[in-house]
Amino acid sequence: MKNIIVCIKQVPDTDKVQINRETNTLIREGVPSIINPFDENALEAALQLKEKFGARVIVVSMGPPQVKDALRQAVAMGADEVVLASDRSFAGADTWATSYTLAQAIKEIENYDLIICGKQAIDGDTAQVGPGIAEFLDIPQITFAQEIGYEENRLKVKRVIENGYEEIETELPAVVTVTKEINEPRYPSLKGKMKAKSAEITVWDTEDLEADENKTGLNGSPTKVVKIFTPPVKASNEIFTGDPSETAAKLAGKLKELKI
Amino acid sequence: MSIRIDIDKCTGCTKCVKDCPFGAITMLDKLAVINMEECKLCGACVPSCRVKAIILDVKPKKEVQDISGYKGIAVYAESRDNELQDVARELLSEGRKLADKLNTDLQALLIGNDIKKLVDECCKYGADTAVLVNDSQLTKYSCEPYTRAVVEYVNKYKPDVMLFGASTIGRDLAARAAVRLNTGLTADCTELDIDLENNLLLQTRPAFGGNIMATIICPDHRPQMSTVRPNVMKKVQSSKKNCNIEELEVKFEKKDFRLVINDIIYETTQNVNLSEADVIVSAGRGLQNSNNFKLIKELADTLGGVVGASRAAVDSEWIPHYHQVGQTGKTVQPKIYIACGISGAIQHLAGMQSSDIIIAINKDPDAPIFKVADYGIVGDLFEVIPELIKEYKK
Repeated sequence: MKNIIVCIKQVPDTDKVQINRETNTLIREGVPSIINPFDENALEAALQLKEKFGARVIVVSMGPPQVKDALRQAVAMGADEVVLASDRSFAGADTWATSYTLAQAIKEIENYDLIICGKQAIDGDTAQVGPGIAEFLDIPQITFAQEIGYEENRLKVKRVIENGYEEIETELPAVVTVTKEINEPRYPSLKGKMKAKSAEITVWDTEDLEADENKTGLNGSPTKVVKIFTPPVKASNEIFTGDPSETAAKLAGKLKELKI
Repeated sequence: MSIRIDIDKCTGCTKCVKDCPFGAITMLDKLAVINMEECKLCGACVPSCRVKAIILDVKPKKEVQDISGYKGIAVYAESRDNELQDVARELLSEGRKLADKLNTDLQALLIGNDIKKLVDECCKYGADTAVLVNDSQLTKYSCEPYTRAVVEYVNKYKPDVMLFGASTIGRDLAARAAVRLNTGLTADCTELDIDLENNLLLQTRPAFGGNIMATIICPDHRPQMSTVRPNVMKKVQSSKKNCNIEELEVKFEKKDFRLVINDIIYETTQNVNLSEADVIVSAGRGLQNSNNFKLIKELADTLGGVVGASRAAVDSEWIPHYHQVGQTGKTVQPKIYIACGISGAIQHLAGMQSSDIIIAINKDPDAPIFKVADYGIVGDLFEVIPELIKEYKK
């Protein structure tokens, strides 16, 4: 393979996000930004293919300048080249506009064989950008991969479904999105970390991407958020404390009342 | 594109500060100020301002899609191996509700080979018309030919709303079709409604790992497309006796078959039926080791339920992943959900919060699981559960 492109997203670590119940807003202070965990699996999958078959691994992201931190981490893990699509007009993009923008960036990179994405991002959980990129590039897509093989110029992928998996093969180039079961992402090496410090990060704006401003950012997004709220909490409940045999008896009584 | 605050209008009420999901608005000299570093231009503050002091400038688009002529609700009635999937019944039931609200028709789109026999089932759950794309090349789900079928269907029938299950088929298919149709798609919705004033579909879904809910619209593109999380919408049978059947012939191209589906392997032995169980007894980190799942199994058996698990228990390899409930596991909606030694991380809550009755057993009285529980016991599960089994059997 010549070039493998990995798309990553910088996300807030949703495990550490908490809600301020007084104001009903996300407490974002002190919440670290991380590479979306599924995208780390995507990068690991690319690095393993590179080690087996030889390839350049190019990591692409879209977002504000602070996404460079995530891209440096990708270099530390072993990415050969990193590209950031960044422009004020990209802000507010939904999955349609994000797919378009990333696809434009990928078109600028010649001779790509394979594009790997995480199956979804942990902040949005849409799983729509990988398929969107595939459609804009008019190439096949295989989502939710738990295994990627490569034989005689063909991809052989195990795709997770609800109660099992599908065995699918296809031609290159293609888009594959991966689940966390596919691998265990590596930690950056010391050498990688050194390399990351001085890594050159290519930044492309609307003009570099020859992107249509009507298709990027908020302007290019068919969907709009009209309301954001925190999920309702139960208003009343009964919590029993004290001696286990007594509390258990009370609960057993409730269970019998419920007539299961 | 930009956002700004009209300081002549701002009354300093601080409502937008509370409503900004990103904490990007602060007060300065009793006026709202937007921190552009944090602002994601999501627009949530615009409707929150009572005096219309927040102005989000969006450049007018050059091409505006003609959205007149789109009407009716459509559901992609998902099938595998010529069996209608449960999510299709759920979506048809929900689609029926939306169609009645808009006083319009509900269509079911069936794609596959020899699928005519599924029409009755679609009709039973409320479809007025079933449109069939029947082709011997469509026996197994494959993204591209199915996308073409959806796109041709939309172009011919022009539905106002189109719903898909947020399944491994629906999420793969709808995401690609939405881009080709140049319309918006809202993922993994848990609630749908109609804004009758503007005739818009209100699509509500969890975001940020279930920390917040967002309501999303698609004002200028059609159809308004959503994927809907399985096991959330209730199945409702209709009194309808029959429905119309229409066949749609689709011409496929060679490139639609770039994917070759060699095999589908079902791991039925691994399938605990979490999604259909009336009672689920789940355990988490508090269980300490895999051996203690025997106790959980015993309680589940006593109550006629099945065993679930939190991600912590699965990640510790105490129990296989197909027992996992939560954001990265299964979404369940049993009559009774009992969480034992589960603290209640938001990711876990996202998968079980819509259960009818939630019961928590936990040592820590401050565990977040108690906030969503109907009943709870603060105590050591190793002491409480044996007593509970004994008392229940009495």
